[in-house]
Amino acid sequence: MAEEEKDQQPKQPNGPQDESRRKFLKVSGAALGGVVVGGVVGGLIGRNMNQPKQTQPGTPAKPGQQTKDFNQALMYMNAEQFTLTEALAERIFPEDELGPGAKALGVAFFIDHQLAGQWGTNGRDYMMGPFQKAEATQGYQAIFKRHELFSTGLQAVKNYAQQKYQKGVPDLTPEQLDELLTVFEKGQEVQINGLPSSVFFNLLRSSTLEGAYSDPLYGGNKDMQGWRMKKYPGNQMTYMDIIEKEEFVTYEPASLSDHMTQHG
Amino acid sequence: MATKLPKVPVVIVGMGWMGGIIAAELAKAGIKTVGLERGKRRKTEDYFMVHDELRYALRYDLMQDLSRESITFRNTSKMTALPMRTHGSFLLGEGVGGSGVHWNGQNYRFLPYDFQIRTKTIERYGAKKIPDGMQLQDWGITYDELEPYFDKYEKMAGISGDKGQNPMVGKRSADFPVGPMKKTPGIKLFEEAAKKLGYHPYMVPSANLADNYTNPDGISRAACQYCGFCERFGCEYGAKSDPVVTVLPVAEKTGNFELRDLSNVMEVLHTGGRATGVRYINTLTGEEFEQPADVVVLTSYALHNVRLLLLSKLGKPYDPSTGTGVIGRNYAYQVNGGGAQAIYEDREFNLFAGAGALGSCIDDFNGDNFDHSNLPFLHGANIRYTQAGFRPIQTNPTPAGTPKWGKEFKKQSLHYYNRILTIGVQGSSLPWRHHYLDLDPTYKDVYGRPLLRITYDFEDQDREMIKFMATKTIAIANEMKATKTQASNTISNYDIVPYQSTHNTGGAVMGTDPGNSATNTHMQMWDAENVFVIGANAFTHNSGYNPTGTLGALAYRAAEGITKYMQQGKGMIG
Repeated sequence: MAEEEKDQQPKQPNGPQDESRRKFLKVSGAALGGVVVGGVVGGLIGRNMNQPKQTQPGTPAKPGQQTKDFNQALMYMNAEQFTLTEALAERIFPEDELGPGAKALGVAFFIDHQLAGQWGTNGRDYMMGPFQKAEATQGYQAIFKRHELFSTGLQAVKNYAQQKYQKGVPDLTPEQLDELLTVFEKGQEVQINGLPSSVFFNLLRSSTLEGAYSDPLYGGNKDMQGWRMKKYPGNQMTYMDIIEKEEFVTYEPASLSDHMTQHG
Repeated sequence: MATKLPKVPVVIVGMGWMGGIIAAELAKAGIKTVGLERGKRRKTEDYFMVHDELRYALRYDLMQDLSRESITFRNTSKMTALPMRTHGSFLLGEGVGGSGVHWNGQNYRFLPYDFQIRTKTIERYGAKKIPDGMQLQDWGITYDELEPYFDKYEKMAGISGDKGQNPMVGKRSADFPVGPMKKTPGIKLFEEAAKKLGYHPYMVPSANLADNYTNPDGISRAACQYCGFCERFGCEYGAKSDPVVTVLPVAEKTGNFELRDLSNVMEVLHTGGRATGVRYINTLTGEEFEQPADVVVLTSYALHNVRLLLLSKLGKPYDPSTGTGVIGRNYAYQVNGGGAQAIYEDREFNLFAGAGALGSCIDDFNGDNFDHSNLPFLHGANIRYTQAGFRPIQTNPTPAGTPKWGKEFKKQSLHYYNRILTIGVQGSSLPWRHHYLDLDPTYKDVYGRPLLRITYDFEDQDREMIKFMATKTIAIANEMKATKTQASNTISNYDIVPYQSTHNTGGAVMGTDPGNSATNTHMQMWDAENVFVIGANAFTHNSGYNPTGTLGALAYRAAEGITKYMQQGKGMIG
């Protein structure tokens, strides 16, 4: 897959990713000299010099080589919630002729993992009371947390499908799912814990996009396919050579895991 | 019971740009200081994995932990203020370097008009031009007086910009220390269009180093790589100027400066109109300390400086019903809107590449650079095209009318990702009697202390300014050889949810009259001469610019004031 994609793309501006990175490190390292602010750059140069280049534990498999993705298991959801999430996210960001959709990108795994962590439990949000009714300009004021909003939102979707179509969500046609999501987006028919369903919908939509486009380290954007579709290069160390260019430049994307393997 | 520590000459509260500059200047002058920072230490090595949009841009890794402390907000005093439960409209920083770590690096000097805004407005248009309730006031200092300090700050930070004098801004005594950033195709299109319309485009003055640079303090840093991760991120190269890679190491090298992180100041201790020190808590152990000092310098973020004064009962709180009192007065923000988009069906741009301060702008409609006689607003905006680097989660542009999800959304957002150039407006925000800061009666921080309450809304002045700016941005977009263009020209009420700007200003403003200012122009408190309150809290209004350049100049001048005060031992610095 990765190989095929690569062939269709114009050749990279700077040769292989590694080379441009090494070139940059050399240049900036020279410029930095012995000053106090060597930072990451200094650290990387040091390691580069001291360690032979070799494959280390954690190196991703080569393209084409099938390995089991141990990340694809659940931290938070039950199986039914996962299936629901996958079905809904796929309608938000569907597979089409342009490339994979939410399901193939691992978005539901991404959302599951996020809900299990500090974001899902609003760990860094102000969650002290009293909780009062807000004007629209004052933002989210509900007492419950993101993971609770998400779980109850899924339950509301399930209930709505049963009531409107007398079917489980997996049995709905894509058109019916879209109809359902439109109702939830508008937020006028369904309430979830006293909030309009649009609050849940917005969370579903934003986390679907996050799962499609965040670094693959979080479990979504599988094999950087989200980035490829968007012609987004991911984690590049420098664009110095192309910043002034008139023509569009397509890169083979790089992820943060590259920092661990080539230079870690 | 707080542990009482040995007295120090100066204690500095908050280790961002303001604290870093004061620490470096005092340390170089041989004055011993202790710097207290509530957050943790940072270094460039911490940004090993910084090219992570989710972690830094959407999960706010570098921002204030709101579970411990937030602010409350309401549009008017008739509403009940509610806490900002998650980050949105503005991004409060935390940790060594403060917001100076996650900024974009756009670095302007406020206009000569700004510093004498009341006098110059009345001179040109008469007193009636200032609407009822608008508390326009001079800063007590002129641009010319501040110019040497702008220069000093820019040389420290290595600000990159065009050579020569721009006719729309204050006169410079010297060129920028570093040449301008590189020009992208989008920047060239904007420049050509603006010139064609008779305007005066110039490269945004940038704290993302355009070239390798050694500053007068001997700090060498390498050039920006245009990696596209500035705002909300720290710079792993140290190419973006921030306190951690410039002033703080200079201060520490002297041996005259001690930085204590994880030290959250609870109050300024004072008696009989003099501060005696500060009380702070170690945020990990909960242990309390009293740090006695001859001089207390508050250098945290504008909002936090004001809150600490209110919590410490230092200075007279502002009362909007009578317009008296000064702590909390003249809160202002930034008015953005009226932007235009140039859409290209025939080409794609490398918009993933960029830097926080990479762009071109005009000031033809900023300050009083244009005639307001027949306009229903004062001041104006900086209009610019910037290429900060599009990141894929937050950038999903679609033409008006496209659904927000589904097949069509996917198709359009992928198609237009690299095809839209946006011209932005950064508008001034003028002070009103009913826009202010005080302590919230209900909501508390993790230590049980009241949160700061913001009462603020957009006014007709702002809506009219945005409507006017939209006519200018669309005119420029129309000259940019695009397939089509579109603009929005309305703003309604201020909403704390969508990100707008981290330029909160005022609340403890500077001036020459203790009746309408908290400090003199060295940011020395009228009500406690050994307390200096340094930050954007000093702005009597906010200009159509990013504030940091002006803050840097004010901080260098204040450092001189503090040094002078230490020498003479008493009195207000003239």
